[in-house]
Amino acid sequence: MMKDSRGTYSVRKHGALPLFCAALLLANQADAHIVAGEAVGFISGMEHPVGGVDHIIAMVAVGLWGAQLGAPAVWLLPITFPLVMAFAGFLGLVGVALPGIEIGIALSGVCLGACVLAELRPPSWIAALLVGAFGLFHGYAHGVELPPGENALLYSMGFVLATGLLHATGIALGFLHRWGWGRSALRGAGAVILCGGLYFAWAAIV
Amino acid sequence: MTPTRPHLAVYALVSTALLAPGLAEAHLVATGMGPICDGVVHFSVSPEDFLPVVILGLFAGLRGPRQARLALFVLTGAWLAGGLVALGGFAPPTLVLAVGTAVLFFLLGGLLAWNPSSPPWVVLSVAAGVGLVRGLDDLAGAPTSLADVAILGGICGCVLAVCALTASVTLPLKRLGLIVAVRVGGSWMAALGLLLAGWIIRYGNRIH
Repeated sequence: MMKDSRGTYSVRKHGALPLFCAALLLANQADAHIVAGEAVGFISGMEHPVGGVDHIIAMVAVGLWGAQLGAPAVWLLPITFPLVMAFAGFLGLVGVALPGIEIGIALSGVCLGACVLAELRPPSWIAALLVGAFGLFHGYAHGVELPPGENALLYSMGFVLATGLLHATGIALGFLHRWGWGRSALRGAGAVILCGGLYFAWAAIV
Repeated sequence: MTPTRPHLAVYALVSTALLAPGLAEAHLVATGMGPICDGVVHFSVSPEDFLPVVILGLFAGLRGPRQARLALFVLTGAWLAGGLVALGGFAPPTLVLAVGTAVLFFLLGGLLAWNPSSPPWVVLSVAAGVGLVRGLDDLAGAPTSLADVAILGGICGCVLAVCALTASVTLPLKRLGLIVAVRVGGSWMAALGLLLAGWIIRYGNRIH
């Protein structure tokens, strides 16, 4: 240890030493025996819904549209989507067949993007019905892809939380709707989501 | 205050000691501080235990103080009864309990999301169901001893405290926005139950 110019020892000057010691002890999790793609726990569950851009844009679009529509759609849509999605995930897990999943997912981006772009204002129950129908495709795809693992509960918690947070992101962005420039920005985001949906629809068909 | 050399050494030692990782023995229920603490820790690190208690507390709180009080004692009593039955060796297979847990997750979450004006027997029935199923599951296969009864006591103490605390969160809620936020949480819980049920059907019991 060195004294500073005043002949004293300061944490500011020598703070690097304890930090270095502490950093040495920051142990990483030993992942040696975890098989890639397994449902290990909470974090791997959170990673699943954000693993595909087609899913992300649809889920954010639900939040954006809900924010544009205001109450009660702002909370009705983010409740409907995860519930229907989980139901479809259940169907996928137990092996019920549902055709046209990829096209349905891509169309969800197209339709929801168009709704945000045009600021469509249907009655809440129609909006919930539309969002629920698309949630069916997303949930089924997730359910079919859910890998086996050691802790279904922690994985499902991460999965549901990540889905909800994606909606919350859309809703938070949707607060821009109170300003004129914000409304334009949201409609721009709707256009981007629409284009993304078209791209995925093209990829699903071709 | 300007630290001197010993201060820095202590600072370094404390920093490193705080970061020294310990073994996660959550489900071994061995805190070394006695069976009651083991029960408390078991409850605290088991989402299959504390999540339904939290959701039930929130739901009961929205129903008013009378139903919240009733739910609190019915839940704890049923948990104790379930645990004692399991200690007596009468627990059903764990797969049945896992399915029961998934169904209760869905039911509880659905009720909170829907938030209907229901008679008291609804919340009391759900409380009794949650308590029995989770109590049975917690102590299923455990050897019958005084220590295990004490573990059950620790768990039930936690159930009582957590349910009371969460009910007290929603009891005074009047603003629609906050109630909606709680109900959104309920819908997530219901979604969790559905996923869990599908998972158990496909892959077997994977709750623990």
